[in-house]
Amino acid sequence: MKARVIVTLKSGVLDPQGKAIEGALKALAVDGLKSVRQGKIFDIEIDGEDHAAARRRLAEACERLLANTIVENYAIEIG
Amino acid sequence: MRAAVILFPGINREGDAARALKQATGATPTIVWHAERELPAGVDLVVLPGGFSYGDYLRCGAIAARAPIMKAVGGHAARGGLVLGICNGFQILCEAGLLPGVLMRNAQRRFLCKMQHVRVENAQTPFTRRYAPGQVVKFAIAHGEGNFVADDETIERIEAEGRVAFRYSDAEGRVGDATNPNGSTHSIAGVFNERFNVLGLMPHPENLIDPLVGGVDGRALFASLAA
Repeated sequence: MKARVIVTLKSGVLDPQGKAIEGALKALAVDGLKSVRQGKIFDIEIDGEDHAAARRRLAEACERLLANTIVENYAIEIG
Repeated sequence: MRAAVILFPGINREGDAARALKQATGATPTIVWHAERELPAGVDLVVLPGGFSYGDYLRCGAIAARAPIMKAVGGHAARGGLVLGICNGFQILCEAGLLPGVLMRNAQRRFLCKMQHVRVENAQTPFTRRYAPGQVVKFAIAHGEGNFVADDETIERIEAEGRVAFRYSDAEGRVGDATNPNGSTHSIAGVFNERFNVLGLMPHPENLIDPLVGGVDGRALFASLAA
């Protein structure tokens, strides 16, 4: 089973990397961009087909390592 | 005073930390590999030095904070043992939950490598008792992620409990946006835990122990620990 974990900065947390990327995109004259925030994606393969169990395991992975929940949110997508 | 310096892959300041400890205590500290599960018997002080553990992968300090030795470091802190984290060591202590908050990317997006004045905010701790309250000292800073962030409630608690160890300042001790190199909340350069036996700071006092390399303002920190 394949899963994707998306980790993003909480709103209000300063994102200097996002700001730099935003500046670079604006310098390329890509039209219509208001703002950019960057984050991380983890593509994870999981044993078995039990979605609920996979979700629990991934939540544990996020809480214990993949995200720093002081400043980051995470979302889990399965299948 | 028996000290241990923890060595994680990618750390590069362990020699500097060991030299400062040797100068202050007269004894060479034990270097402990991150994969160990126990600290040497009788250790009073654990130092997490600076560097780039695991290449700063995932988040600075995140992977080192989950290394086998960190359970023993946590146990040592819980028993009241002293723990000092410098630069990447500070990031590791925050990621391990031994200190509050998190070190984010410098607000100005630049890696900083320069001398920086800091003001001693609390001189009544095992780490700072050889400084005078409010004393301004000059340390080196060298980091890309030193922007200390915590939620408002945590910051209020840290401030109310006197847990700010050092604040970025100018040479006269003035603190403000103009003297804040990395955007840290309230210009915080170093914080204590609730019991004042764990200190994390971004500047490098271990590099200011010899007049040949720019000053000796860091000596008092190690002398405090050795006293």
